[in-house]
Amino acid sequence: MLEIRNLHATVEGREILNGIDLIIRPGETHAIMGPNGSGKSTLANVIAGREGYVVTEGDIFFDGKNLLEMDPETRACEGLFLAFQYPVEIPGVANLYFLKAAVNAVRKYRGEPSVDAMDFWDLIHERMELVKMDESMLKRSVNEGFSGGEKKRNEVFQMAVLQPRFAVMDETDSGLDIDALRVVADGVNALRSPERGFLVITHYQRLLDYIVPDYVHVLVNGRIARSGGKELAVELEQQGYALYNEEPGRARRAA
Amino acid sequence: MTDSTETLERLADSDYQYGFVTDIEQETMPPGLNEDVVRLISAKKQEPDWLLEWRLTAFRHWLTQQQPQWARVHYPPIDYQAISYYAAPKQKSEGPKSLDEIDPELRRTYEKLGIPLAEQAILAGVAVDAVFDSVSVATSYKGKLAELGIIFCSFSEAVREYPELVRQYLGSVVPYRDNYYATLNSAVFSDGSFVYIPPGVRCPMELSTYFRINASNTGQFERTLIIADEGAYVSYLEGCTAPQRDENQLHAAVVELVALDHATIKYSTVQNWYPGDAEGRGGIYNFVTKRGLCKGHDSKISWTQVETGSAITWKYPSCVLRGDNSVGEFYSVAITRDYQQADTGTKMIHIGKNTHSTIVSKGISAGHGQNAYRGLVKIMPTAEGARNHSQCDSLLIGDQCGAHTFPYIEVQNPSAQVAHEASTSKISEDQLFYCRQRGISAEDAVSLIVNGFCKEVFKELPMEFAVEAQKLIELKLEGSVG
Repeated sequence: MLEIRNLHATVEGREILNGIDLIIRPGETHAIMGPNGSGKSTLANVIAGREGYVVTEGDIFFDGKNLLEMDPETRACEGLFLAFQYPVEIPGVANLYFLKAAVNAVRKYRGEPSVDAMDFWDLIHERMELVKMDESMLKRSVNEGFSGGEKKRNEVFQMAVLQPRFAVMDETDSGLDIDALRVVADGVNALRSPERGFLVITHYQRLLDYIVPDYVHVLVNGRIARSGGKELAVELEQQGYALYNEEPGRARRAA
Repeated sequence: MTDSTETLERLADSDYQYGFVTDIEQETMPPGLNEDVVRLISAKKQEPDWLLEWRLTAFRHWLTQQQPQWARVHYPPIDYQAISYYAAPKQKSEGPKSLDEIDPELRRTYEKLGIPLAEQAILAGVAVDAVFDSVSVATSYKGKLAELGIIFCSFSEAVREYPELVRQYLGSVVPYRDNYYATLNSAVFSDGSFVYIPPGVRCPMELSTYFRINASNTGQFERTLIIADEGAYVSYLEGCTAPQRDENQLHAAVVELVALDHATIKYSTVQNWYPGDAEGRGGIYNFVTKRGLCKGHDSKISWTQVETGSAITWKYPSCVLRGDNSVGEFYSVAITRDYQQADTGTKMIHIGKNTHSTIVSKGISAGHGQNAYRGLVKIMPTAEGARNHSQCDSLLIGDQCGAHTFPYIEVQNPSAQVAHEASTSKISEDQLFYCRQRGISAEDAVSLIVNGFCKEVFKELPMEFAVEAQKLIELKLEGSVG
């Protein structure tokens, strides 16, 4: 469902992604691991279409459609979701109102009428259970004054309500204690289905104990240095990334 | 320039939809200002001698005054001799006796503006007084209000019918010497609204005045006086529009509010005067003096304003908290774009004991818009236990605009508690991207973020007005018209 071919991308003129090839089929969960500065978050932002991330070469196809030709909202309406590493605060906009605006934007794109208020309320309550979210968070402004854990939980909650076909989780585990991590992982696992694909980006193997991936890729210096099954994550945890950094011919990092 | 900045700037562009001119036969005085003009206005209104004298005293004082320069606004000198000080739709008789007698062309104008003049169009029970150029053309629901002893009529009518009330309160809050524009208004004011709520009466509907400038080269100088007697309550709404013209037009109004013991006055404004075009040509100069006097103990005056129009806005709705335990509030959203300039804020003068005031000001600047908050919190020596909380937030859209905050705080009583918070933010690329990643278009994201920013103020507006204000802001930012 997501096909990345020879992807090169720059940020502020600096080459960060250096020829990535990756194919994710429906129902699969892929993990991307790598040291700091290897290009993990850049990959997430390029997929979502963030401004300032310039693709210089290569393609991304989403169910056969050229993703790079779409603006960020079209990508979202096509069913692509990014769980942010740093969720953004929007003061004065209630979480519930924001979600409804998002749900209706997607429905409008699909030519569907606005969501029925009762149906929406039922969906919200069902999904709140999934991430054990308190109802008071619906009325609070989007992410404003949320703790780190609440923000990440809110991301998974939004994902659960929007029900995308493909989700990128950008370091969703960072800043979470073990209990919050488990709640977030349970939420993600509940959404896994034969039609839905996931790309889980993480620095640590810990998250992958809870969200068990089908494939693990090691990203180093903007390239996938190695791919394997879930056991690769364990191996990385034991050996670290040092091995990959020292491989000759890879060092193209700008000073 | 990045894509989002371009989007934001495009969004900040939009057309003014109330810019049409009504083709109606007008009676207009030739431009120019002298004592004869003042006398003529007074004569047209068949005013008593004391009022003519008051006008003349104001006029003579005005001649000795200079236009104030301290506001952070820039404009060429105004030629006060080039302005006509009186314009009125021509009428066959003395004036409309009932709503049915109003010129159909005028009625159509107000229909176009969405103002429900016809009583049968009972829209959420809002009683409307409509001011077209210099005269009040219709007041609806008068009969129903009269049953409760509420007086809601044009200022001219109040002068004729209730001269004692007018004489007692006119200039009691904004004296004719108050400031340059208030003095000018005192000399040449033409009409406006008058409200009196008797003791213990809670006005059952929103009272509303709609101001419309139609004639060209005309100044609008209306005067509003609202008196809430002991224990009374009234909520009052004010809306304004003007045709689109290349020259600037002057609007110098005075609003006086008086709240006696335990009375509450809530005054809401949605100001949408023509702001001028994208290059800064034309538009209304809105130089307005609004002040409320909490005369009695436990009285309350609350100002809410949404300022979207005018080339220049210069207004500081204020509260004089004289009664013990009285409360003053000021909630404001001011949005400027293109070459609009706003210098607005409030003054809270604490005189009585345990007086409280709250200031919430939200300034939004887009394009080349310049937005200044100017506020004074003054705690007099008598104001034992006074408290104030001020919050001034600015939101910038694009990188050509500006926001400025000038808070003045004078405390002369050591028991006072005064708190001031201020913030300036930009709609960040992060916020926009976050919304867009959830499927919300850039346009919708901007209005979502702006509405969130204004929420604290919008929630103070009566429901129908809050919806109108929200739509106005969206329109202002979206460029969806034209």
